Order: sequence, then structure tokens, then C-alpha cells
Amino acid sequence: MNVTANQTETERIQLVGKAGSGSPRGREGWRDASRHLFLTAPAFLLITLFFIFPIIVVIVVSVTDPEFGFQNYAWVFTSPLALNSALTTFVISLSVTLICLLLAYPYAYLMTIVSDRTRGIMTMLVMVPLWTSILVRTLAWVVLLQDSGPINAFFESVGIGHVQLIRTPLGVAIGMAQVLMPFMVMPLYSSLSRIEPRLVPAAQSLGAKPLVAFFKVFLPLSKPGIFSGSITVFILALGFYIIPSLLGSPKDPMFPSLIQLQVSGFLQWGRGTALGVCLLAAALLALFLVTKLTKSGFTIPGAQNR
Amino acid sequence: MRLKSVLSVFAVILVAWLILPTLVLVPISFSEKASFNFPSQGFSFQWYENFFNDRSWVRSTVLSLQIGLTVTAISVVAGTLAAFGLSKLRFRGRSLIENYLLTPMMVPGVVLAIGLYSVFLQYGLLGTFAGFVLAHTALALPLVILNVGTSIQGLDNRLELAAASLGANRVTTFFKVTLPLIAPGVIAGAVFAFVTSFDEVIVSLFIQSPGLQTLPVKIYRSVTQDTDPTVAAVAVLVTVLSVVIIGIAQSLTGRKRKARS
Repeated sequence: MNVTANQTETERIQLVGKAGSGSPRGREGWRDASRHLFLTAPAFLLITLFFIFPIIVVIVVSVTDPEFGFQNYAWVFTSPLALNSALTTFVISLSVTLICLLLAYPYAYLMTIVSDRTRGIMTMLVMVPLWTSILVRTLAWVVLLQDSGPINAFFESVGIGHVQLIRTPLGVAIGMAQVLMPFMVMPLYSSLSRIEPRLVPAAQSLGAKPLVAFFKVFLPLSKPGIFSGSITVFILALGFYIIPSLLGSPKDPMFPSLIQLQVSGFLQWGRGTALGVCLLAAALLALFLVTKLTKSGFTIPGAQNR
Repeated sequence: MRLKSVLSVFAVILVAWLILPTLVLVPISFSEKASFNFPSQGFSFQWYENFFNDRSWVRSTVLSLQIGLTVTAISVVAGTLAAFGLSKLRFRGRSLIENYLLTPMMVPGVVLAIGLYSVFLQYGLLGTFAGFVLAHTALALPLVILNVGTSIQGLDNRLELAAASLGANRVTTFFKVTLPLIAPGVIAGAVFAFVTSFDEVIVSLFIQSPGLQTLPVKIYRSVTQDTDPTVAAVAVLVTVLSVVIIGIAQSLTGRKRKARS
């Protein structure tokens, strides 16, 4: 026993010596691998039981409730309620993405031309909102956008008159864009900072006007950042529940609210889960696009809370 | 240079739009009148008193803190083990397992919420402490794995080999060498785990029971039902708490980083 133990120990040291160059081979290597695989077991189990399993249940329910078949999907693709909600969700998510892109681009560009210190502060300022709970920020927007709120009071005092903000798609877009801004700024910045700064002056020295130099040289080079930021924001916007339900109109529910309504309100489990599967498919498709187009990872801390 | 100053003005406005709106809740939480109107009138602590005297608010807060701490403990242990195990794996299946463990970050919350609701309904976990903890842990784990994983990547492999060659076994090496070196990632993971659980609304809305509501659920219900400024006071307290937690975490991890370089 002792001898074998010693032998494997020597083997192990030899393996360790080679470990940097390639994969460990032999029985000890496999035992090592399975031991390390075992370390992932608790996380694997928790995620399988309380994440993957519920998602599988959603998929199963969508084709079995009230009976086996695709009638729930048929409903999703023909019901005016679901189609209207899909359209609302798509339009709002797209507008939020565009608002974020237009506002984040100049900010991210400024980040590339300031000092390291200022850039640190700019990064922090854009991340600060992420420290505040989504519910708290939505509550603040409820106060600001309400009919008797300060924004409307201001509009009336300068003679614009009353503008309906809360319970409109505009109100939802304002709240969502604020929350999603960091998810646009960061990928944009990382893409813009990798562009060779002398290219634009070079184009100008060859006779291009500043705007032409920007649109012909700088903008095309920033495409990866634009894609990954936009798709991230778009996917997250599709799944938002809290903001639309507090700032939006109950007459025009976004997809997640419609899912909630079908499941808890009408007890239409099949329809609700079918809507959920469609939302999931849309998110996964967008995710596939972002990894395909930009070859970059996709990390969104706390994304579910929106 | 003219471009830079135009952009700076724009950046200031953008930052103001990101940060200032939340601050309207501060005066409302100190107002004398029971309304959400801004600017508020008068000054009083009554809404804060209300919060501390109302048993249902206090109970939700304590429940959320208990759930958050339990979730943090479980997900830090399970997540660190997983990240460590993954970092040692050298075969093709590794990225497959890694992606599997990170999927919860990509799925819309409401889809998971109806799934968990259905599963919990069947197994009697609705509105239970264990139910909240398990659901929140599944959401928090990927963040821990990601943060710890990043710091393990920056780890110099030779330090572990040196410890092993000096006779330390795996467990000693892990606790004496690896863990102190990846502490910033573990702390960041712990903070994200706690904040994820403490802020989680959508899943909690589905799996709550009237008797057991987490703080965000209670806040949501309060916002949808009445205009009681107590909720503004709660919002201010929650915000201060999260800023303090993240500030502490940042100064801890920042110091660690400085000490190493």
C-alpha cells in the first residue's frame, strides 16, 4: 500500500512538472480530473434543480397544458393580444437600444480621450446606478413621471401643457434606458479604446473632412462594440418586468407582463409558458448573434432582476 | 479641443440623468405629508419611524437579510469550489460545463419565475424560507463562479506548485496559498450574491406567500397599492445599505490589489 502510494506521489510530482505544457495523462490524470469535476458538483446540482429543471418544466407545460399539442403556440402566433404585446415589446426594446446607443457613444468616445484618472471616475459614475436596486430607481421614476410630478409641473409652467408620461411607452423607455445605459457604455468603450487613435488624423491629413473621417474610418471600426452593446441591451429590455409593470400601461402589456397575466391572472398555464418559451427563444437567438458577431463573452450581473 | 468640451457637457448631463432621479426619494422620505409629491413639504422623521414600528416592514427586512446571508454563504462555498474545479479541468467538456453553470444569467427572469412557481407548487416550497434561498442561490451562483474564476485566471500557477513541492497537501495549499490570493474575487462574488438575493423581485413575487414576503416584494406591493411615503424611507435605507456594502467591498478588493502590485 505504502509503496504504491509513494509511487503515485512520485508520478504526481512528475505530472505536475509537465502540467503546464499539456493535459495530464494516465490513470492519475483521470483521477485528478474526476476529483476536480466533483468540486463542481454542488453548483451543478443547485443550478440543475433550481434553474434548468424549472425551464424544462416551462417547455413541457407549454406543449401539454391543457392537452398535448402545439395549440398554445398556435394561440401565440394568432392571438391579437399576444401579437400586439410582441410588437409593443419589440418596438420599446428597439427604441431603448437606440436611445442607449446614441447617448452612450459620445460618452464612451470621451472616455477614450481623457486621462486615466478621469476615465476611472467616468466608469464609476456610469456604474453607480447598478448599485441601486431596480425597484428603488423605478419608484423614483414613478414620482418624477406621475401626472402631478415635477416634470409635468415644469412643462405646465413653461406653457407646454400636460404631457402624459407615466403609463405610456415613453415612460417605460425613459426608465429602461436609464437602467440599461451601463450595459451599452462598457462594451462600447472597450471596443472604441482598441481603435488606433492616429487613424482619424491620418484620414484627415489625406483630405477627409472631420465628419467624413469619422463615418468612413472610426465608426466602421467600432462595429463590434456597437453590436455587442446593442444586442445585450436589446435582450435585457425584452425580459424587463418591473419597469413596464410600474411605468407602463396595463392596456398595452409587454411580453413579461402578459406572461404573468396569463399564468397568475387567467391560470392559462399553457399559454403563459408558450409565451415564455418564445421570449426565451428570442433572447437565446440574440445571444447567439452577439457571440457569433463579436466573439465576445456575455456577462450581465444581476440581469434577472429587471 | 472644442469637441472635447462639447462632449464633456453632454457627459455631465448624461451622468445627471443616470444618478439624480433616484435622489428625489430623499426629500419625500422626510416629508410631512403623506404623498409622493415632489418637491415635498416640511420635514419629519415619521416615515422612518413608521418603518421601524411597522411589524410587517421589519419582518420583511429581517427575512431578506436572513435569506441574503444564507444565499451568500451557500453560493460562495459552492461557487468557489466550482470555479476552482473548473480551472483545473483540462478537457474539451470544460467550457460546456462552464457555460451550463453560467446560463442563469441569460434567461429572462419571468421565464424562470413561472418555472420555479410550477415546480415549487408541486413540491410544497412556495412561500418557504428554503424555497427563497434555493431560488436565489441558483441566480447568485453564476456571479460567484464568474468572479472567482476571473481571479483564478490571474493566479500564478507556480505558487501552488511551489506549495505542493514543499510538502503541502491539496487542502492546505488551497487554504494557505490559493484562497488568500483569490480573496478579492471571492469577496466580489459574495457581494454580488448578497445583492442579487437582496434585490431579487420577479422570482420572489411568484414564489412568495402572504405570510412570507421579502423586502422587494413588500416594496413592490406597496408601490402598486398606495402612496405611503414609508416606502420612500425604505428605498433610501436600502440604497444607503447597498452603497455601503459595495463601498466596503471595493475598498477591500482595491487594497488587496494594491498590496500585491
